[in-house]
Amino acid sequence: MDLAFILIQLLNGLQYGLLLFLVASGLTLVFGIMGIINLAHGSFYMVGAYLAWSLASLTGNLATAILLAIPLTVILGMGLERLLFRQLYTRDHLYQVLLTYGLILVFEELRSIIWGDDVHGVAVPALLSASIPLTENLSYPVYRLAISGVCLLLALALYLLIQKTRLGMMIRAGASNRDMVQSLGIDIKLIYTLVFALGVALAAFAGMINAPLSSVTPGMGSHVLIICFVVVVIGGIGSVKGAMAASLMIGLAETFGQVLVPEVAGMIVYVLMAIILVWRPEGLFGRK
Amino acid sequence: MNTGTLSRCLPWVVVGLFALFPMLESTFYTQLVTKVLIMAIFAMSLDLLVGYTGLVSFGHAAYFGLAGYALALMGPKYEAASLWWTLPGAIGLCVAFALVTGLLVLRTRGIYFIMVTLAFAQMLYFVFHDTKLGGGSDGIYIYAKPTMNLGETVLVNLEKLDQFYWLVLFFTAACYFLLRRILGSSFGRALMGIKVNEHRMRALGFPVFRYQLASFALAGGLGGLAGYLAAVQFGFVNPEILSWHQSGAVLMMVILGGMGTLHGAVIGAFAFVLLQEVLSNQAWFGIAAKHWQLAMGILIMLVALYLPQGLAGLLAKLQRKPPAEAEEGADV
Amino acid sequence: MSEAILRTAGLTKRFGGLVAVSDVSLDLHVGEVHVVIGPNGAGKSTLTNLLSGDLPATSGRVMLDGRDIAGLSSDQISRMGVGRSYQKTNIFLPFTVFENARLAAQSRTPYALHVFGRAEQYDAINTLAGAALESAGLSHRAQRVAATLSHGEQRQLEIAMCLATRPRVLLLDEPLAGMGPHESQRMVELIGKLRNDHAIMLIEHDMDAVFALANRLTVMVNGEVLESGSPEQVRSSPAVQAAYLGGEEMLHG
Repeated sequence: MDLAFILIQLLNGLQYGLLLFLVASGLTLVFGIMGIINLAHGSFYMVGAYLAWSLASLTGNLATAILLAIPLTVILGMGLERLLFRQLYTRDHLYQVLLTYGLILVFEELRSIIWGDDVHGVAVPALLSASIPLTENLSYPVYRLAISGVCLLLALALYLLIQKTRLGMMIRAGASNRDMVQSLGIDIKLIYTLVFALGVALAAFAGMINAPLSSVTPGMGSHVLIICFVVVVIGGIGSVKGAMAASLMIGLAETFGQVLVPEVAGMIVYVLMAIILVWRPEGLFGRK
Repeated sequence: MNTGTLSRCLPWVVVGLFALFPMLESTFYTQLVTKVLIMAIFAMSLDLLVGYTGLVSFGHAAYFGLAGYALALMGPKYEAASLWWTLPGAIGLCVAFALVTGLLVLRTRGIYFIMVTLAFAQMLYFVFHDTKLGGGSDGIYIYAKPTMNLGETVLVNLEKLDQFYWLVLFFTAACYFLLRRILGSSFGRALMGIKVNEHRMRALGFPVFRYQLASFALAGGLGGLAGYLAAVQFGFVNPEILSWHQSGAVLMMVILGGMGTLHGAVIGAFAFVLLQEVLSNQAWFGIAAKHWQLAMGILIMLVALYLPQGLAGLLAKLQRKPPAEAEEGADV
Repeated sequence: MSEAILRTAGLTKRFGGLVAVSDVSLDLHVGEVHVVIGPNGAGKSTLTNLLSGDLPATSGRVMLDGRDIAGLSSDQISRMGVGRSYQKTNIFLPFTVFENARLAAQSRTPYALHVFGRAEQYDAINTLAGAALESAGLSHRAQRVAATLSHGEQRQLEIAMCLATRPRVLLLDEPLAGMGPHESQRMVELIGKLRNDHAIMLIEHDMDAVFALANRLTVMVNGEVLESGSPEQVRSSPAVQAAYLGGEEMLHG
């Protein structure tokens, strides 16, 4: 194994980790701020990928497809929050689990009715289809670098949004003290709607940009959901910083695991989670 | 007849009626009810956790599937294995797995607990899905049903539908009465105390973790019993039996029936399996039957929103005593 | 004077930058009621939580019978004979009053792990639970669901559960809060009786009760012990008088 090969795996691991972060950050925000466990979060990732595929086949261009799809996912998020999730804020986690489990079934069947059960591929946009040669027979695709860059930009934007803006301040206050925010006359319902829609859009966007890299398959939502649960458990509920650290950790561990010990690669993330549970049950950045 | 005698006798009457069922000589319905009874065991085992100990596990299919795989892997490939040692072996394996994962998952609460139980079940799913250990995604066939012989005599022939049905009925009834007994004991009362107010139980000197672990292991073992019987009935195992859809389905049975009531878990298993049969019936719903999960999904959401106490809660509401009387007495 | 059954030394609890309890040393003796008073936020409840193991101490020691119990979990400490009541009523609301007391009593008996026998069949537990309810004056409510009790009765149940665990040390966090005058009187009498064979720490705002019961009085302010000693000593302490602007304030909590 030479340096170039390690570099490629490193970049792949970081790219996968950053993508996981996009999905997991929405999940952890919704957990942390609204206290909701949402099993259907993986379905948003799947919906994003299928939207990208179908719109790209229609328009012939992935970028246009993504631009068209994002508003749709925001509307989907706002609608779901208003119609369904709003009823769950005061309910026991048990019912949140049950309702969002039902929602998964609905999403899966709607997907099957609208898009069918086949596996699809999406072409890498021509502009980004080049590869950067590293050695004589190893090269790195530009598209992967590009989506890593986009993910990083989004992560930075998310950080600024939460740390520097008024909305972010309200989000942080809402996470720590619901009553206080309400007594300040801030419309907590609106914040919840926005945060939820943001989470949906981030997860769906991750599905869209990842569509050219991994095929669009029916089971993609549940797989990413479970990994994101592990991310949230390791990072600590409600912590965006923790989600970032855990995403990168899992991205690298899975990628190198696939290469070094392929037989047990699937187990690595769970072993990581088990270690964290023994060492810090509240997660790396979680509040006790 | 007062309610005490009624609640003592009714289960025996129900078991008696069920025992007569194979007399109808309908292969289809005998198989269907066998499946329902197995699911009832599965649902009761989860109800012990969710309804009585206050632990919302979303990974209960792990034990169901693990026991099925244990049967498939323990026996000789083309010959029948003996139930006398494969059943205790499968249940023992599930209890051991529950004890090990329990040590980890019980360090967490609430949302964490839900996610972590799901993740460990999913880990098991990938073990069987990705490795050759259990035949990968295709699973393994169990060509011959286990034998239940005493010396040379065949005690129960599991290949015979009605005999297998009675065996399953025996286990379902045994599971019901066992859990009822346990829940009425000091140990069971402590579990209920933990569900209501874990903090206070600790302050009273109860080693809460040990009680929860015991409950977790017992639930895992009984879940394993259900999984073993299911594997015997269907004659094959594949990773889907320990997927999270299975965990979601059994949770739905518990809530649909009414959690925290053992008979509710049985009612829930009935309602769920029958619903599944009806919704996926092509003769009735034609092409829509293919997408029966859509209707099931919507139904699950409706139950979560509007029927939190389940069918048993609905029954109780319908025959509610006047409030003044309800204030007195209500035995836990 | 007898050896202290429970004694703390340099007990400190920090929450991030905030010091909730700072270097507190006090001791509890059988036959004495040690009352801790102080304004809200003085760290009295945190102190109780440190003694009962509900919270881990940042530093310092808690000695029970000469053994350091700081760092043990609350259930371990409870089993060693330290019982506590909570300021905010902390009972099993959906259970009957008797079941609340029975569960508490059950925790102390070898029957607690019996898996098959009916929970109600053990006379030793039932007797213990019944006696605890009797002491707390709740026998007539035994079959009521705890949630339907009045606030004062729930406070009584809180004490009864504590008694049913047969503790040697009692940590009572504002047991009179929210009780009517009649119930308060009863509770003061009960605590006075319990003093004979228990070491009691009492946190209380009701100054009539404080001076009726206190053998020893500790004043806490900002997490620190301002003054500790006999009620007369504390009342005449210049530091306490200064802190409470002349002692009158103190009488009104």
